[in-house]
Amino acid sequence: MIKVDNLVKKYGDVAASNHLNCHFEKGKITVILGGSGSGKSTLLRQVVGLEKPDSGAVYFDGMDITIMHRKKLYEIRKKMGMLFQGSALFNYLNIYENIAFPLHEHTKIADSVIKTIVTMKLEMVGLRGTEHLMPSQLSGGMTKRVGLARAIVMDPEIIFYDEPTSGLDPISTGVIDKLIKDLNRALNITSVVVSHDIESCFRIADNIIILFFGEIIAMGAAEEIKNSKDLRVKQFINGEPEGPIPFTRTDKNYLDEILFY
Amino acid sequence: MQIAASIGRSTLNRFQILGRSTIFLFVAFFQAFLPPLRFSRFVKEVEFIGSKSFLIVFITALFTGMVLGIQGYYSLRQFGAEAVLGVMVALSIIRELGPVLCALMVTGRAGSAITAQIGIMKITDQLPALEMMAIDPIKYVISPKIIAGIISLPLLTAFFDLVGIAGGYLVGVKLLGVNEGAYIGKMVTAITFEDIYGGILKSFCFGILITWISAFIGFTAEPTTEGVSSATTNTVVVTSLSILVLDYILTSLLL
Repeated sequence: MIKVDNLVKKYGDVAASNHLNCHFEKGKITVILGGSGSGKSTLLRQVVGLEKPDSGAVYFDGMDITIMHRKKLYEIRKKMGMLFQGSALFNYLNIYENIAFPLHEHTKIADSVIKTIVTMKLEMVGLRGTEHLMPSQLSGGMTKRVGLARAIVMDPEIIFYDEPTSGLDPISTGVIDKLIKDLNRALNITSVVVSHDIESCFRIADNIIILFFGEIIAMGAAEEIKNSKDLRVKQFINGEPEGPIPFTRTDKNYLDEILFY
Repeated sequence: MQIAASIGRSTLNRFQILGRSTIFLFVAFFQAFLPPLRFSRFVKEVEFIGSKSFLIVFITALFTGMVLGIQGYYSLRQFGAEAVLGVMVALSIIRELGPVLCALMVTGRAGSAITAQIGIMKITDQLPALEMMAIDPIKYVISPKIIAGIISLPLLTAFFDLVGIAGGYLVGVKLLGVNEGAYIGKMVTAITFEDIYGGILKSFCFGILITWISAFIGFTAEPTTEGVSSATTNTVVVTSLSILVLDYILTSLLL
């Protein structure tokens, strides 16, 4: 469905995406794993066209979205849903208006039908009855679920999740995981999840991509990754502080720096 | 060498910002007239920029007019020319103080709020979210504000003029005893259409300037808390100074 071809993106001297090649299969849940600063959010933002890569291409159903005209890109975006890390609900609209927003903007559906659709989507995320509340009145987990309801209101073919479970309590995490999985199984929606939550990742993932400093160090089906012999992969999924992936970022020797500064 | 390079770099930077902001203004302006038209968004912005500024403009105008009334009275009395107090008050307000003070007040109230609002939308990913919903953030968020600024400022300025003149009347005629007929009559004969036209033209330009600068600074603010707070301050400083500079330029062109 989506193919990433030799993607390069640099911020100054740091390569956030260093010649990345991967693809997201139709109807599957692909989880992009990586520590903070590994370039996973940057990859996601390039895949959806929010940021332009320095070079390389992203093919959506065979069309390169990095060089696409804005109008065409907007057409494709209507098939995409995205759940942002902070949910990105419009703070001046209430829950109902937030979810109905894409419908009001893009369709001529009658208000009574929109109301039915919104009620259905809210029921899916278990938040029916909150229509009149403002986003600021909801907890973090609830805003994520409202964000998800908004992301699926146009019935997208593919949904992107940017750290859907970060900062949530275990139960909310479980709820979100279940929702991601249900949406994928029930509606056959292709899902791309950016995450650093290993547990939740193995609960939902069909395929896993592990990023490390802008490079893909492992890619494959969830089982393969789980049983991987690669030391870096093992260190990452077991969360070990010692291993081939260094914790510090500088090349300078620590002793040198404190003794001979 | 290094000094030259850094001067060059910062100059290029400034020109780049100028160019980008100009493109930003043109895109936002013309997008406003392309379908789908968002009339309700526009009405909301007029309410925010225009009608919610009424009270602050009213108070500013009233006291400006009253002070002009007193000051004018005491200066004019030295030449025995109290009778032209109305002309003096009206001319200074219609030509200068109305558009400028009104614009400065709106900058402080609405301009800073526009920057903060757009900056916060940026921090909380609401602008990318619009983009992901296939809605152009510039068209949706910025265009209505710019058009609302163009409509609101002249109206507010006209209101300012009216209240200011009434303030001068209150002090001059009711308090200090200038002849009522002289205040109104001389004013009506002395003020030409060009005076009013010039003032309204100025307020028109200030309307564009305020929404343009505050929206651009908010749009390009660094997406952090410090970024947005400094952007808000920047808006007030940059817009206020630009208003004064532009006022001089327009005045010299109009005369």
